[in-house]
Amino acid sequence: METGTSTVKRGMAEMQKGGVIMDVMNAEQAKIAEAAGATAVMALERVPSDIRAAGGVARMADPTIVEEVMKVVSIPVMAKARIGHYVEAKVLESLGVDYLDESEVLTPADEVFHIDKWDFTVPFVCGAKDLGEALRRIGEGASMLRTKGEPGTGNIVEAVRHMRLINSQIRKVRNMSKDELYAEAKNLGVSYDLLKGIHETGKLPVVNFAAGGIATPADAALMMHLGADGVFVGSGIFKSDSPEKFARAIVEATTHYDDYKLIAEVSKNLGTPMKGIEISKLSPAERMQDRGW
Amino acid sequence: MKVGVLALQGAVAEHIRSISLAGAEGVPIKRREQLQDVDGLIIPGGESTTIGKLMRKYGFMDAITQFSTQGKPIFGTCAGLIVLAERIQGDEEAHLKLMDITVARNAFGRQRESFETDLDVKGIDEKVRAVFIRAPLILEVGAGVEVLSTYKDEIVTARQRHLLAASYHPELTDDYRLHQYFVEMVRSQSAAAQK
Repeated sequence: METGTSTVKRGMAEMQKGGVIMDVMNAEQAKIAEAAGATAVMALERVPSDIRAAGGVARMADPTIVEEVMKVVSIPVMAKARIGHYVEAKVLESLGVDYLDESEVLTPADEVFHIDKWDFTVPFVCGAKDLGEALRRIGEGASMLRTKGEPGTGNIVEAVRHMRLINSQIRKVRNMSKDELYAEAKNLGVSYDLLKGIHETGKLPVVNFAAGGIATPADAALMMHLGADGVFVGSGIFKSDSPEKFARAIVEATTHYDDYKLIAEVSKNLGTPMKGIEISKLSPAERMQDRGW
Repeated sequence: MKVGVLALQGAVAEHIRSISLAGAEGVPIKRREQLQDVDGLIIPGGESTTIGKLMRKYGFMDAITQFSTQGKPIFGTCAGLIVLAERIQGDEEAHLKLMDITVARNAFGRQRESFETDLDVKGIDEKVRAVFIRAPLILEVGAGVEVLSTYKDEIVTARQRHLLAASYHPELTDDYRLHQYFVEMVRSQSAAAQK
């Protein structure tokens, strides 16, 4: 009997496929998310849009919030640790969290090194903007990926950019000759073996979700159409006028992402979505996607 | 021969791959009408609460019950096992209630307790590699249910005539013998139905 193997960690993410993982800030929101059909919840102290508004250093959530959420739902509970913050991650693991997110939404704790994720029994999800980042995170032991997008903006454009870039880079690698692969491994800053895997299979060895800026059911469906395995919705749900209805609508649009009549139906009368932020209005310091390397 | 995989949420592609390795054609099922085109059905692993809600929403409860009444085989893995069960421990409402078993959800604990191991399964010659992820257990079985395997004295694989259920994920390994076992159930059922 073996725990914490790659099959067990990556398999856990496979079970989330086609699902919606929702950010929640307390037990009550967690129950709403579960009742709406979320496949997991991300327990946080503040959603990304509030982190943006508040400024300052964003850290791991208070363990009380994480424990409260774990107590009231039967679906998996995820939580975020700062990039490079080994101890925050170990603390969350000790609480029994089911999945850790080494997240650029929080202020990085280390500007050089990400966490050695092989050193954990609990699996990690990490953000990536391109194939290089994706494979570096897998090399460090991530069992699941997500686009970085631009969290807390309600603007889908960056998540679209990241998903399209990763997929087009995979197609390019698929068609490379062996000698080109060696040079590409150097260009991307990734291990040759991981890149060879992409070349041979034409896909990432782990599940890749969409995240960062999903604000409507149609946004979720667009990301599925572009090849995402599922979606994370952060600020979108509990910043909307009717979270319960909104959460159900996102779940349905994700399952039936190619049924446009159904998406039209579930999109009716959802109230005002997040106002959203134009990406070019963000200063370099406000761009969360540039955290991590 | 076609085997459907309920494609509302969860590990659908993996089951389709294992089904094709086992010599049948796997078809994702998103709408209840599609059940008419398949001879057997797999309810995959995923989150049972999510799958249960979407099944109710899209009219799968009656459609799958009818599918089962026709004697067509159904195989539930992990969340799929929970969905098939007649009783769920605790106050949670059961879903399809087709199989005379009582199940406990997340019976081994949280993700850090998830594991893989080798398992003896009745009807399969050598041990099967079984991946348990936040897995359920079968606590009790009715008279018509045959226990096919146990792990530390707990029931993890069972069969009731045309219904097969496993706590773990045979679709996550390259070992497709359990899928072969199920494809054989589907083959003999459709042969019998044609007579």
